[in-house]
Amino acid sequence: MGYTKTQLLAHLKELQIDFATYEHPVVLTVEAQAKYVGHLRGSLSKNLLLKDKKHRYYVISALAGTNVDLKVMSQRLGLGKGGLRMAPEEALQEILQVPLGCVTPLALINESARAVSLLLDKAFKAQECCFFHPLSNDTTISLSASNLDKFLMSIGRNPSYIDLEAETVVGKDNPPDLAAFVPVDVPQPSEQTIKAAVNVREQKHAPLEKKLTNVQDNNQSRGSQKAMEKPCRTADLLAEATDVNKFIKELIEKTSLAVLSEMSKDSKAEGREPLESAVLDRVNKRISSDLENLAMILKNAAYTQGLQAGIRSPSPRR
Amino acid sequence: MAEGQKADGVASIAMATDEDNQVVNPWEVSAKDGGKIDYDKLIEKFGCQRLDQSLVNRVERLTSRPAHVFLRRGVFFAHRDLNEILDVYERGQKFYLYTGRGPSSEALHLGHLVPFMFTKYLQDAFKVPLVIQLTDDEKCMWKNLSVEESRRLARENAKDIIACGFDISRTFIFSDFDYVGGAFYQNMVRVAKCVTFNKVVGIFGFTHEDNIGKISFPPVQAVPSFPSSFPHLFAGNDNLRCLIPCAIDQDPYFRMTRDVAPRIGYQKPALIESSFFPALQGETGKMSASDPNSAIYVTDTPKVIKNKVNRYAFSGGQDSIENHRKYGANLEVDIPVKYLGFFLEDDEELEHIKKEYGAGRLLTGEVKKRLIEVLSEIVERHQKARASVTDEMVDAFMAVRPLPHMFS
Repeated sequence: MGYTKTQLLAHLKELQIDFATYEHPVVLTVEAQAKYVGHLRGSLSKNLLLKDKKHRYYVISALAGTNVDLKVMSQRLGLGKGGLRMAPEEALQEILQVPLGCVTPLALINESARAVSLLLDKAFKAQECCFFHPLSNDTTISLSASNLDKFLMSIGRNPSYIDLEAETVVGKDNPPDLAAFVPVDVPQPSEQTIKAAVNVREQKHAPLEKKLTNVQDNNQSRGSQKAMEKPCRTADLLAEATDVNKFIKELIEKTSLAVLSEMSKDSKAEGREPLESAVLDRVNKRISSDLENLAMILKNAAYTQGLQAGIRSPSPRR
Repeated sequence: MAEGQKADGVASIAMATDEDNQVVNPWEVSAKDGGKIDYDKLIEKFGCQRLDQSLVNRVERLTSRPAHVFLRRGVFFAHRDLNEILDVYERGQKFYLYTGRGPSSEALHLGHLVPFMFTKYLQDAFKVPLVIQLTDDEKCMWKNLSVEESRRLARENAKDIIACGFDISRTFIFSDFDYVGGAFYQNMVRVAKCVTFNKVVGIFGFTHEDNIGKISFPPVQAVPSFPSSFPHLFAGNDNLRCLIPCAIDQDPYFRMTRDVAPRIGYQKPALIESSFFPALQGETGKMSASDPNSAIYVTDTPKVIKNKVNRYAFSGGQDSIENHRKYGANLEVDIPVKYLGFFLEDDEELEHIKKEYGAGRLLTGEVKKRLIEVLSEIVERHQKARASVTDEMVDAFMAVRPLPHMFS
């Protein structure tokens, strides 16, 4: 479920970001937007959602007046000539979850846009504030570059500004200067570590990681963003299931509830005072760290069994 | 982590031997005139920062759980760049932990466990990976052990370390004899190229009579602070920051590391440093593995603990009950209260004990009794955990394997 305009604006307010809001009829182009806000304090932005041949997405956000040459950008990103195209309409909905004509860096607040690379025009910094759509075409908000940065950092992004108009020639002696902006696929860390691992594979994790890389390879060509989410979800589920702290909290909660309800049933039947939950709280405090230690022992022992099963030969040393 | 070599009177600023005769370096810790270690002077001398309450509060906020006892009571009291690590963490980037042990003896005492207990808390609270270095090569050289014996001790110590409750899906334990090589050794050479013989003489007090193994050892303890030393864990993540929990006598190693890091294009490691765990007989230095009655060992039975505390724990109480009721106990030198400061979780109970004991209403025997309870519980829990650590589990912790969920 994508963020709504209201949710986004509430998030900005929470971060104590100042912005001005202007409502107007739905606009699909910068020219149309200019009709309504062009006279106000602030500079218009133009925002492009682009796609490369490997189905990776980029949002280029620039001042309306900045010249953005897709051929040059493509080379600077290391995608060769003509590697960048405008993304199809469906991508707007699927990846940024915004309607047509509404591309905006603010859409990166959505989970679905996690792998999208953001390139910001350094000319933004010289402006007092700039106009962006807050996930909806019938509104424009004006934000300063530093407030935009605040927002981006709050969603875990590192804002970086580039000279979009620089006429860098990419060649043998000049490597693509924006190569760092090409998105790294999300489950990549596990791929890299598999390649870098020296001898041992854990049986518990190996089949799972094979599944991750297979799913990713199969769906890469379809460019479907849904498939990219699945591997992360399985990995997250596994992480949750092995979280000792969470496990013990749940265990204690369930036990306490059961004890409380049984004891109150019991005391009602025999006309005694019911057990106070404060007593149970004290018990919980006492035993939770002991239980956590026991659970950690179990986790470590189970992992060891899995690892042993996966080792092809006995311990190589000695 | 080295200990045991006497510094041959090499005077140098970095050797932390100041006019007041307080000596603190990786091999020797002693206070002036048999008194207490002056930590304020030490912080000033070393140039690190005090860990103040606002940082502790920040840690609590970021980890959404109460701070560890050692943080609350000021056991970990100094740091370098901890606020930067917290900034990085707040931005959603992670870091990793690095700590270690010099496996010089099979017998571990509670003082040895302090950094590990704290590191476990850091691992759980921040959900970050950890590398643990066993410097068996160092002990082989400094303690003149055979290679085989130091490797054996490393594995035995690893079992006690594992018993502290580290998460195997986020922890890599390695011994120098097994792991040095490849990218790790490449970093060692990078570091070694940046440190002159004169410098290590100044920092560690080496002399022309020391063997070349010792003189070239420091890079071994320095490079685990750099993520590229562990390509199977952190490949491609060269900017990952490192936080090192350790006792403050290890500071010289990491001062050297922090000096070299920017020159080879690496991030400086951050440090969080603890004071010394006092010996049972009093505050004059740190516990010594050679005197069994100076410390509570993890192999001690409840009976032994009771005996040691009752007979050897230095008391700040008065010499007679009447005087005690009149003047109260001297909390500054009282060891049982100090130990409770380390290990009694309940802040309120500790305050109560300090108040009553200081006023003379509580007797030394009663305070010692409570301490015996607390220590026995900890030691028993450790022994149980230690019993379930098998050789296969040690192999698993030490296997060179990826840790795909180390940041989850």
